[in-house]
Amino acid sequence: MLNIGSYDERIKNFDWNIAEKELDYHPGDIINIGWYCSDRICLMGKADKPGLLWEGSTGVEKRYTYNDIRLNSNTIAQFLLDLGIKPEDRVCLFMDKIPELYIGFLGILKMGAIAQPLFSAFGDDSLFIRLDNAQTTAIITQKKHLPKVRKIIDKMPYMKHIIIVDADPGKPLANREVAFDMAKAEKIETFDFHPTTAESPSVLHYTSGTTGQPKGVKHVHYSLISQYLTSKWVLDLRDDDIYWCTADPGWVTGTSYGIIGAFSNGVTQCVLDAGFSADNWYRFIEKYRISMWYSAPTAIRSLMKAGEEVIKKYDLSSLRHLASVGEPLNPEAVIWSERVFGKPFLDTYWQTETGSIMISNYPGMKIKPGSMGKPFPGITATVIHPETFEPFNESGKIGLIAIKPGWPAMMRTYWKNEETYQKKFQNGWYLPGDRSSIDNEGYFWFVGRDDDVINTGGHLVSPFEVESALLEHPAVAESAVVAKPDFVNMEVVKAFVTLKPGFTASKDLDLEIMNFVRKKLSPLAMPQEIEFIDSLPKTRSGKIMRRILHAKEWGEEIGDTSTLEND
Amino acid sequence: MDNMHEIIKAYVIKEYVEDDTELTYDSPLISGGIVDSFSMVSLKRFLENKYNISIPDDKATPEAFDSVNKICKLVSEYVK
Repeated sequence: MLNIGSYDERIKNFDWNIAEKELDYHPGDIINIGWYCSDRICLMGKADKPGLLWEGSTGVEKRYTYNDIRLNSNTIAQFLLDLGIKPEDRVCLFMDKIPELYIGFLGILKMGAIAQPLFSAFGDDSLFIRLDNAQTTAIITQKKHLPKVRKIIDKMPYMKHIIIVDADPGKPLANREVAFDMAKAEKIETFDFHPTTAESPSVLHYTSGTTGQPKGVKHVHYSLISQYLTSKWVLDLRDDDIYWCTADPGWVTGTSYGIIGAFSNGVTQCVLDAGFSADNWYRFIEKYRISMWYSAPTAIRSLMKAGEEVIKKYDLSSLRHLASVGEPLNPEAVIWSERVFGKPFLDTYWQTETGSIMISNYPGMKIKPGSMGKPFPGITATVIHPETFEPFNESGKIGLIAIKPGWPAMMRTYWKNEETYQKKFQNGWYLPGDRSSIDNEGYFWFVGRDDDVINTGGHLVSPFEVESALLEHPAVAESAVVAKPDFVNMEVVKAFVTLKPGFTASKDLDLEIMNFVRKKLSPLAMPQEIEFIDSLPKTRSGKIMRRILHAKEWGEEIGDTSTLEND
Repeated sequence: MDNMHEIIKAYVIKEYVEDDTELTYDSPLISGGIVDSFSMVSLKRFLENKYNISIPDDKATPEAFDSVNKICKLVSEYVK
């Protein structure tokens, strides 16, 4: 029996209070995600049930029952309170996928602060921009990432505490640094969690746009309602499932479905904190008997690339249900997974701002490989004309994806950037910035972004940020950054660069610039290809025409060039 | 060990190791999270520049790049 039952029946009789009732929440009540994901599960009689099974890159394993998660998150919450951190202060989580990240997230929410997870591969520039925007009070990190924090700490007077979860006992700590050892800390049995309510801020995730700096997407504790129910109905999480969400909680999938959705449903989830290899992933599935697997197209295509021989080495019969998120899942990947795993990966569509799944393929529903599926019950989504912002009346038309605001996990604003937030709405619709069409059976078909943002491996990269970083390299005079097609990552970053006088294009300079951007921003922002050119295409007013470079990369028509300089 | 092992190890430490983690020729680079899949592109580029070779994309797999020893074995196949 599927959790969702019949999709068609659900959309007829849907109300978000289905989730509210299951969570025993009433409008106006206190609602705290940290409590719902730990204490409540224990009160339901699952205190001894494994909640988190973790394996590190060296094969070290750690196991946490729901009671362990409750006690450890209490302990972290109390530690933060004792440091003087206050409700709604921003506390950054800057760690690999270690248990302290998952449990620390809940601890931050329990004491009423705002969790600000950041991808641990971010370079010091990317880290600083996001911490500075949020005026973050504390950062929880590992010693391996400490050099990046120390490099920027003097620019952050508001940063009062750097909490290191694996500090070497013998090594001195610098000013503002403090050690916290979760395993050794005296456990706090009872913690009076902060009485957050529906609109209390919970999580601040950063996402990139075409222009300007990254935006802090503010979510609230009421997001739990959407995250709980979509986990139950789309991911079909059941009490006896062993769940693996491969996403890093530095990104929204890793928190919405790698923490909140999983723990609020009380399932056992596994985490593998190791780099990708097909062998290792299949071994992990076999070892832990994973039944529900939520991954990403990039990973799926990497598995396809690794071939099918490696699959035969492992017993993957535990897999019951597969889903995917990050960028569109190509039909070949759906068909391949059905052939090799005996079940298709079901594509799900949503983004940092939506906080939970918006459009999806559902267990039990007819799958059209390559389609995004249909709106989640309770979500009104359509495709609108890009100029009139009116919904199309006929199927097959390509336009902007538009969603009626009001679902529980909808972002509440961009941090200190209400003006940009308001621009996300037109004619009463929220616009995620993607283009699509809808077929005559109501299935959505992704077409592409409506802006220049690059979706690489499911992560959005701002061309503006990369261009800005490139300009800081002493050899670079001008730059333009566009997406380039890629089999595994869908898109990768490509940079067109002109050099300052005295510099000559070479393989060594190419590599030097790549590494320069990687260290400043992050590996995924690093141009995978740099093309040195004499001049960039510009309008007569001097604006770089990215679209011409983009069109060339994708083999598309260049279009109107009437404003092109020297044309 | 020969020069190639030392050169590649030194480069990995310089470019990808953020703290004082010690690296051996067998340390897992990709599965150990030291070099991620995006950064593999720059490591591949370094090897191609340094040894004046071209490594086909289908040979530049996470498995083939997972340690200094494995990288040396791969590079040796293309060095004339």
